[in-house]
Amino acid sequence: MADAKMLGIVFSNMHDDALSELTLHRTMGSVPFGGRYRLVDFALSNMVNSGIKDVGIITKSNYHSLMDHLGAGREWDLARKIGGLTLLPPYSRTGTGIYHGRLNALAGILGYIQSAKTPYIALCDCDLVCNFDFRDMLKSHIESGAGITVAYTVREIEDGEKDNAVLAVGKNNMLRDIYWNPDVQGDQEIYMNIAIVNKDLLIHRVTNAVAQNKTDFYRDVIAEEAENGRVACYRFDGFCDRIHNMESFFQANMELLKAEVRKELFDVQRPIYTKVRDEVPAKYGLQAKVANSLVADGCIIEGQVENSIIFRGVKVGKGTVIRNSIIMQGTTIEDGAQLDYVITDKDVLIKDGRRLAGYLTYPLYVPKGQQI
Amino acid sequence: MAKKKEWVAMLLAGGQGSRLYALTQKLAKPAVPYGGKYRIIDFPLSNCVNSGIDTVGVLTQYQPLILNEYLGNGQPWDLDHNDGGVFALPPYQKSSGSDWYTGTANAIYQNIPFIERYDPENVLILSGDHIYKMDYNAMLRQHKENDADCTIAVIEVPMEEASRFGIMNTNPDGSVYEFEEKPKKPKSNLASMGIYIFKWKKLREYLVADEKDPKSSNDFGKNIIPNMLNNGERLFTYAFAGYWKDVGTIDSLWEANMDLLDPKTQLNLYDPSWKIYSRNPVMPPHYVSDKAKVENSMVTEGCVIEGDVDFSILFAGVTVEEGATVRYSIVMPGTVIKKGAVVEYAIVAENAVIGEGAKVGASPEHCDDKTAWGVAVVAADVEIGKNAVVPPKGMIDKDIPDAAEEEEVEKDG
Repeated sequence: MADAKMLGIVFSNMHDDALSELTLHRTMGSVPFGGRYRLVDFALSNMVNSGIKDVGIITKSNYHSLMDHLGAGREWDLARKIGGLTLLPPYSRTGTGIYHGRLNALAGILGYIQSAKTPYIALCDCDLVCNFDFRDMLKSHIESGAGITVAYTVREIEDGEKDNAVLAVGKNNMLRDIYWNPDVQGDQEIYMNIAIVNKDLLIHRVTNAVAQNKTDFYRDVIAEEAENGRVACYRFDGFCDRIHNMESFFQANMELLKAEVRKELFDVQRPIYTKVRDEVPAKYGLQAKVANSLVADGCIIEGQVENSIIFRGVKVGKGTVIRNSIIMQGTTIEDGAQLDYVITDKDVLIKDGRRLAGYLTYPLYVPKGQQI
Repeated sequence: MAKKKEWVAMLLAGGQGSRLYALTQKLAKPAVPYGGKYRIIDFPLSNCVNSGIDTVGVLTQYQPLILNEYLGNGQPWDLDHNDGGVFALPPYQKSSGSDWYTGTANAIYQNIPFIERYDPENVLILSGDHIYKMDYNAMLRQHKENDADCTIAVIEVPMEEASRFGIMNTNPDGSVYEFEEKPKKPKSNLASMGIYIFKWKKLREYLVADEKDPKSSNDFGKNIIPNMLNNGERLFTYAFAGYWKDVGTIDSLWEANMDLLDPKTQLNLYDPSWKIYSRNPVMPPHYVSDKAKVENSMVTEGCVIEGDVDFSILFAGVTVEEGATVRYSIVMPGTVIKKGAVVEYAIVAENAVIGEGAKVGASPEHCDDKTAWGVAVVAADVEIGKNAVVPPKGMIDKDIPDAAEEEEVEKDG
């Protein structure tokens, strides 16, 4: 990889509302996922694995946990003298407050974008779990001659899924139009909120939009450019799960129990990086019984675990049975408890003999630090 | 000239560890994997950091490649400092005469210029052969209280085993009047742990003098310590109590790993105030399938387990396929145990492949000749063919081809 061609911009707060319980004290980007990750790890690792050397993370609120997770960006190899990781919280200046919307946020970091030495800007959010190659998308972007390329997956809109942008893909994969939350059935071309934009075009568009008091990135930038025939589409066929509510968060975690999903998502050539915690390997006790589960380092398992995701540093006591659950970092479940379809946030304590149960479509959520 | 430091540590990591045979063919003993995600050197390095030492010289000589790569800039141990940090110190060519490290004392002698850069009051000498957690700072405090020229960490060993160690005979105040290397009739059971704190000025004198003695073997235990005693320097012991295990042999390495599975083990790796740091693999959490059975074991990230694992330690990225059994064994990173293979009482090194239906090692109960029993070892990158058999105590460093048919194993009872 010679010179980097893209600057990466990650929106860490977009879709916070979708997981309001999990994002009460954190950004969407810092939502724990898959036993040891945070959602931002996928966005960042995908960019780094695609040769992107500069990444700016746009954040507006609740970003303490995000900062704690990212540090200087060393784990993603982004602690660099030149470029690397830049956290972009709201820049308070007369007349500007915290960001409202994507366009507003981009306007707030125009200086950062202007100073980039790369000709292209890659944009993405933190609601997708996928192993995405921006290099391949850039190739297609350059070949198409477009000013903007938007990535999409083909699938049905799930029940209760909100905030969908559906693309009308025309001839030669050029974008005809973009629809916001349309009432449609069957397979759709759904925008992944991943885009590659020519830097000059982005600066021009954002500057003008702000000057005209426009606020909608989809309508005022993408749709307008599409009318000029300047937006290309890029289809992504790999594994991709969008997290848009508690149920889909639960399902996306459970997908990791499939070997083929893990193989694709945690491709050894394009690994997903995360913060190191120097935990001891997981320890299994005499009566441990674990089936179809993911278990991270630092756990001590003395009970029974089935169809579950166990994060780092979780303790499962003797005689406890955990099924179909997601147990986040540092949770202790004492002896003889029973959990079925439960999501515990970080550092929860579930005492002896407690019984908790949710349902497949409505997992029971236990907030951070709660004792039961 | 760097800033003056109270102390620096020098870690002797050049040894081959020849009694680990196949395990140390391609790497130095301190780099041997231990405990699921560590290497032996993680213990002295983490002890240094947790004791507040920020400058560690690691003396390398034998097969340094993996060790050097592992140390890198020292970041995993928080040893990437502007002033100090971790340094690999191999022997180097000088304008007049160059030499390999001929002994432990000579290795330090050759690095006098490194130590002088920091102008330290004291120097801590460590080896990379043991698994233990120790607060070197408490030892330094005592060293200063005693105004000692040298403080030697000692541990009480059972009297009947004392003749295997270097034994310190002390006065009631802890000062040493005699040092006996492997005495036939030990007078005490205080064994030297090979951990020394010296006043640097004093040590420097002795190193220079020792180097001029053509008969010296340039060794701390054989030369420097006895010479200091003969000259009436102030030598004291520092008593250490706790887990301390030499991992210099196949059996002791196996045992030290198994100790981690003992619920009553003295070695607590979970203490957040004394973490053992290591270079972490970038892998997802480990997966245990619904056909697997995992008990009494330690399993690291990246593993995929579909078979039976009992009383074993699996390092990062190990695969145990369906119907395979791993019992009382240590399986190092990246190794694959194929379907139906049985690995018992064995150490399988990195990136090995144990073929379908192969048998590695055996339980002592299934061994008629108990003297022939021992832990079986498969070296790194070795492939054991389908249905092949590695006997107990076997030491395999070359591929074994597939066996035609599973041999009729003699069944005793």
